[in-house]
Amino acid sequence: MKMPLNWAKEFAKFDCTPREYAERMSMSGSKVETYESEADAIKNVVIGRVLSIVPHPDSDHMVITQIDIGAQEPVQIVTGAGNLKVGDLVPAALHKSLLPGGKEIRKGKLRGVESNGMLCSLSELGLSINDFPHAVEDGILVLDEECAVGTPAVQALGMDDVSVEFEITPNRPDCLSVRGLARETAATFGVPFEDHLPVVKEGHGDVNSMLKVRIENPDLCYRYVGAVVENVRVKPSPRWMRERLRMCGVRPINNLVDITNYVMLEYGQPMHCFDYKYVNGGEIVVRNAKAGEQIQTLDGIDRELSEEMLVIADQKGPIAVAGVMGGEFSGVYEDTTTIVFESAMFNGPSVRTTAKKLGMRTEASGRYEKGLDPNGCLRCLQRALELVQLLDAGDVVNGVVDVWTHKREERRILLRPEMVNKLLGTDLTKQEMIDILLPLDFKMDGDEVIIPSNRWDMERDCDIAEEVARFVGYNKMPSTVMRGVAEARPTPRQIFTEKMMNALVGYGFYECETFSFYSRKAFDMICLPENHPLRNAVVISNPLGEDTSIMRTTALPSVLDVVARNYNARAAECPVFEYATEYTPDQDPEKLPKESEKVIVAAYGANWDYLAVKGVVEQLLATAGITGWQIRRNTSGNTWHPGRTADIYLPVYDEKRNPIGEILLATVGELHPTVLANYGIKPRVVAADISLDALFENRGGTAQFQPLPKHPASTRDLALVADIEVPASEIAARIEKGAGKILASLTLFDVYTGDKIEAGKKSLAYNLVLRASDRTLTDEECENAVKKILKNLEEIGVALRS
Amino acid sequence: MKQALETIRRTADELIAAAADERAVEDLRVRFLGKKGELTAILKQMGKLSAEERPVVGALANEIREEITEQIALRTKALADAALTARLASETIDVTLPGNRPAQGMRHPFEQVLGELKQIFLGMGFDVVAGPEIEYDHYNFEMLNMPKSHPARDTQDTFYITENMLLRTQTSPMQIRTMEAQKPPIRIICPGRVYRSDAVDATHSPIFHQIEGLVVDKDITFSDLKGTLEVFIKKLYGEDTKVRFRPHHFPYTEPSAEMDMSCFKCGGKGCSMCKGEGWIEILGCGMVHPKVLENCGIDPEVYSGYAFGIGLERITMMRYGIDDMRLLYENDLRFLRQFK
Repeated sequence: MKMPLNWAKEFAKFDCTPREYAERMSMSGSKVETYESEADAIKNVVIGRVLSIVPHPDSDHMVITQIDIGAQEPVQIVTGAGNLKVGDLVPAALHKSLLPGGKEIRKGKLRGVESNGMLCSLSELGLSINDFPHAVEDGILVLDEECAVGTPAVQALGMDDVSVEFEITPNRPDCLSVRGLARETAATFGVPFEDHLPVVKEGHGDVNSMLKVRIENPDLCYRYVGAVVENVRVKPSPRWMRERLRMCGVRPINNLVDITNYVMLEYGQPMHCFDYKYVNGGEIVVRNAKAGEQIQTLDGIDRELSEEMLVIADQKGPIAVAGVMGGEFSGVYEDTTTIVFESAMFNGPSVRTTAKKLGMRTEASGRYEKGLDPNGCLRCLQRALELVQLLDAGDVVNGVVDVWTHKREERRILLRPEMVNKLLGTDLTKQEMIDILLPLDFKMDGDEVIIPSNRWDMERDCDIAEEVARFVGYNKMPSTVMRGVAEARPTPRQIFTEKMMNALVGYGFYECETFSFYSRKAFDMICLPENHPLRNAVVISNPLGEDTSIMRTTALPSVLDVVARNYNARAAECPVFEYATEYTPDQDPEKLPKESEKVIVAAYGANWDYLAVKGVVEQLLATAGITGWQIRRNTSGNTWHPGRTADIYLPVYDEKRNPIGEILLATVGELHPTVLANYGIKPRVVAADISLDALFENRGGTAQFQPLPKHPASTRDLALVADIEVPASEIAARIEKGAGKILASLTLFDVYTGDKIEAGKKSLAYNLVLRASDRTLTDEECENAVKKILKNLEEIGVALRS
Repeated sequence: MKQALETIRRTADELIAAAADERAVEDLRVRFLGKKGELTAILKQMGKLSAEERPVVGALANEIREEITEQIALRTKALADAALTARLASETIDVTLPGNRPAQGMRHPFEQVLGELKQIFLGMGFDVVAGPEIEYDHYNFEMLNMPKSHPARDTQDTFYITENMLLRTQTSPMQIRTMEAQKPPIRIICPGRVYRSDAVDATHSPIFHQIEGLVVDKDITFSDLKGTLEVFIKKLYGEDTKVRFRPHHFPYTEPSAEMDMSCFKCGGKGCSMCKGEGWIEILGCGMVHPKVLENCGIDPEVYSGYAFGIGLERITMMRYGIDDMRLLYENDLRFLRQFK
């Protein structure tokens, strides 16, 4: 909402700089976004009188003028405009002047003739023909009113007022008006609010013989007030009105349309005027649209209406969409002789829905949907009629048609000073509170506060408290520290998550944050098969675009996007991870989807091969205190490299330690070359998809101290030969089983395949540390363990390397 | 015999002084003092001497033995010192060469700032809670005093899943979930992702992060709200930071406020960061609306509370001087590496 300061001063006499005004209003609750004066962009432009005009010797279309600007000597200015005559008053931008858009004017020579400035047109001053209808659009602005030469142009042209732009919150539609803001201003500055009561002079005839109004749906139309003006004289409105409209950002049109806009800005109530000859039958019916009914709105677009929409209709059909926009024939035209003014109140939510559905949020709909005051409709219409008479825009027909279905009954709130103080932490007296409320148009009746009908946001104690607080001053109120505050602790889950994230950071990974939604194409990018369950995603019904249209069921594509971005930025290596939420739809579409927490790790670069990333996962599992996990090759998907991918899982046992299932902890592997090609990534990328939920649920407890060994250990190295497809995990398991409790550690220190060994075989070299906690092991015990191990290995064709 | 001893003394002196390394010194020790050494050989002949000569020669021989022993020790030490000096000299490296840094990743700047915020609020007794991002309209709006047609919904352009389900536009639904699940006293913060239908640009993102705060107890006042948030901002930005509260409107709080802090760049004088105002808008807050309390079965005549919402993006960008929100979601390593 833009408001010219001088307009507000009609209602409240205050005096301060614009900056101070902005500051004080913001602190009392009317937030000022910005303030500006058109004059700020115009410097050193004055009104001058044309003393003489002579042709330019070297130009056919330029003339040399002498301009009297009230100085001792006239100023010579060369101009190309042809609409000047001697004696005209014109705006002259002098040497070193400034025009809107930052344009600077300096003296210079035009075709050899000295010119000490520039005579200005409307557009050069940031104005339009709507602001000065008498002027010519393509020539110099010639003033039509007398004015002393040398007067600054901004003053002469009414451009020196300051326009203040407020951010009005939805609870205060009363402040979408100059009058409402002026009341806040008066209360803020402690000056009286000087209201204006419109007075309509006696006209002619009787409106009831010309206009009938019928409200068919009183739930959506609370009030409709209509009046008629005959013999309208359509012409530009006076300059003061045009200036104020311009300062509010409204384009002046003609006196009648301008009046409707002026009243809306002043009182907050949208108004409309219809050409009476297009109100068929002289009857206005406020009703729901019929299915399939159409209307062409003022913007020239055909709109299909639906039954829940409210329209203003005549006997033939709709002439306006109620509270949103008028129909094509509902304006004021050159041949208009009689008009109907509308000042009505519609149901806010209904207007909101209609405007949204038709895709046209208008100034009027924006106001109606916040809930305006039906009690104010008549007064606004009277103000419009008063202005018609003031501007001599037509002859007012006596009376108004006022159909009022929903009155706002008087609302009262019991003033409970103790509750207000309790909420604010203040110690104010009842009288102090009343002194704040009265200037805001609240009235007192005993202990009850009577709420004005345009302050429907006021309902209870807390609302009173806010009114009191903002005029005491939020910053003058005490600041206290709460009593009885004990330090809080993070939850086990939060501590666990932090530990995991910090571990990854310690291993050299950078944390990413990516969007939680993406395109369905992401599934194609990671080559998910057509019927893969991960393709079943939560769909956003009104996305910004296809790229952000579904909630991710796997965060892998998000992280691969990051890898691709860094690869394209020529990063030599890219170890990244995201702590990501994935969203899995419930079978019941009305139930909230499951949100699971994952850690997606991905890396490429010299230090990052499969074993490096698998090592990271192993270390994370160790940090999580998870033991007993198992690993097997994963060849299932098209996303992962079938030869370089594994699932790490935790077997689940029943009480008798029979395996009854498993929990997938992580998948780790190289991405499939096709997937990498889809992302345009050349190097091998290794990734891990880790379930943080599963890790947390299966985490180990606090580590328990084991006494340091008291007895020496024996070591044995075993060089083994195995078929190439025997997994190392199987060999290790058999070694562990064979050695039993005395195996203190097992380390694989060499893996060899090549020409020094039979084809189809591999050699694995293990170092075993054997130790008992209660004695020194004998050689015999150690040899027995090795024998047992070798026997176990023999069963899968693994033997000592000869 | 005396002469022979003197010869040994002289020869030993010369040879030990000239010994080039520890090996040579050891050879000399054996040659002179060893079991078959020269001095030992002479001492063995002591029996041939007269009773008068014997103690004299004996004394001399002992004197020479001690002398040679000492010479050898000195020479050994000198040689060891020289060897150490030579080794140290030979081991000199360019200590200004770049070190081999251990690999070290980084938390995302959001998480770093959020971590700090959490610590501050934990210290003030706030539990950290989390809630669903895909939420019912009921929790995101209706229980928060924003029924379906409420105009304030327009200020939060919403992504819908179904008519009744949406991507939460704020972390405030956790207020409701907490109040439904727990009786006062309540003191929580809820950080998390929120969603609004804004196209991506330097200052907007359809996904961003909020930290919601909620306190409900007996006798909680607007002054408590002010005091708590003042402490928070001072802990985050320093004791010299000033704050001010401006009236504002939120459907779920009344009275409502926005909090500004004195510009950390210019200290309040006015600069480009604060658009010349000296103040920077930092968060929205207010006293929990009694309707919201009633919706959760809490009697506003007995209990009161306050709530606040902080934008993590804003705080993060201000902290590190980041001028474009897109950078935070692009995850370019050249960006991420900067926040050590």
